[in-house]
Amino acid sequence: MRLPKATASRSLPLLEAADAEYLMTTQQPPIIARTSPIAPALPPLRIGSFTLKSRLVVGTGKYRDYPTMQAAIEASGADCVTVAVRRERLVDAEGRSILDFLPLERLTILPNTAGCFTADDAVRVSRLGREILEQLGNPGAGWVKLEVLGDRTTLLPDPVGTLEACKELVKDGFTVLCYSSDDPIIAARLRDAGAASVMPAGSPIGSGRGIANPAAIRMVIDRLKLAEQGGSADYPVIVDAGVGTASDIVHAMELGADGVLLNTGIAHAQDPVRMAHAMRLALDAGWHTARAGRIPRKLYANASSPWEGVITHIPGE
Amino acid sequence: MRIELNGQSKDLDGPSTVAELLRALGLERAPCAVEVNAQLVRKALHPSHALAEGDRVEVVTLVGGG
Repeated sequence: MRLPKATASRSLPLLEAADAEYLMTTQQPPIIARTSPIAPALPPLRIGSFTLKSRLVVGTGKYRDYPTMQAAIEASGADCVTVAVRRERLVDAEGRSILDFLPLERLTILPNTAGCFTADDAVRVSRLGREILEQLGNPGAGWVKLEVLGDRTTLLPDPVGTLEACKELVKDGFTVLCYSSDDPIIAARLRDAGAASVMPAGSPIGSGRGIANPAAIRMVIDRLKLAEQGGSADYPVIVDAGVGTASDIVHAMELGADGVLLNTGIAHAQDPVRMAHAMRLALDAGWHTARAGRIPRKLYANASSPWEGVITHIPGE
Repeated sequence: MRIELNGQSKDLDGPSTVAELLRALGLERAPCAVEVNAQLVRKALHPSHALAEGDRVEVVTLVGGG
């Protein structure tokens, strides 16, 4: 049985971001074939008054030791890393601090509010993080990665608490980067509340499931960046959480994300330093892919070699 | 005088300020932040902020996180 020709050539454009206007508005480094083995640097990522050279932001948790963390950060090319605020361990004999292993002169520290389940706690923890970073003279004192979580099992964002805390922190002068669910409606609410960036979860924190709902991530990005949906092309959207492997980063960037934030995917890889390198390459690959205009998906084949001049018998003809 | 320090009960010898507490803990130079009864006490105020009986004190620092 033969399918009608219209079906055979129908494209499946739902998740192809290549035609979106926000991908074409940023400055794009030219690709010059065969002249340089070094890929052109991507344009910097601007979040509020902050400018990052790398669009990959990496966490500092869960590493087997600090030297491995240090090497992985280096390999990732990131110039921004996240940290958490926790009780000083008053009886720790070794007394080594993570700060001894972070090159603070070239890294912007992004303190998070991980472990907070209420807006009040997230505001408290944000202020404590700022206090420490001010003492260190790090520019990260001005911003926070806001997480208000719903429960310990899913670690999914509590949208109501996140919105409440976001408003309070913006009022207090913070540049707020909001960890959010992959919902375009709450994403727009957070943006309207003054969030400098909305960071939708690809999938639950540490799950390694990649982009669980690409259509939802695409809708978040469209909502925040497309003029016809009230968005702005230069509003930064960072996919945060769930990245398990390099192809997840490519996927996020293909969907039109401005950057990716991850921790476990590198820290718990068998070779974290090599994985960090792979993640860095993936980010570049995804960024360029999104702007190169990929081919539409088709149900059926489309021969790369010409039919003209074939000397063979073609079935059905 | 008894306070609660990082979730644990702690006896102090007489009156104490936040700065004196940090010195007693060996943390006067460590990058840390202090809360008393869920309110941040800025570093500049550590020498003048007197602790009171029953105060809940949190001394926090930065650790690895995502």
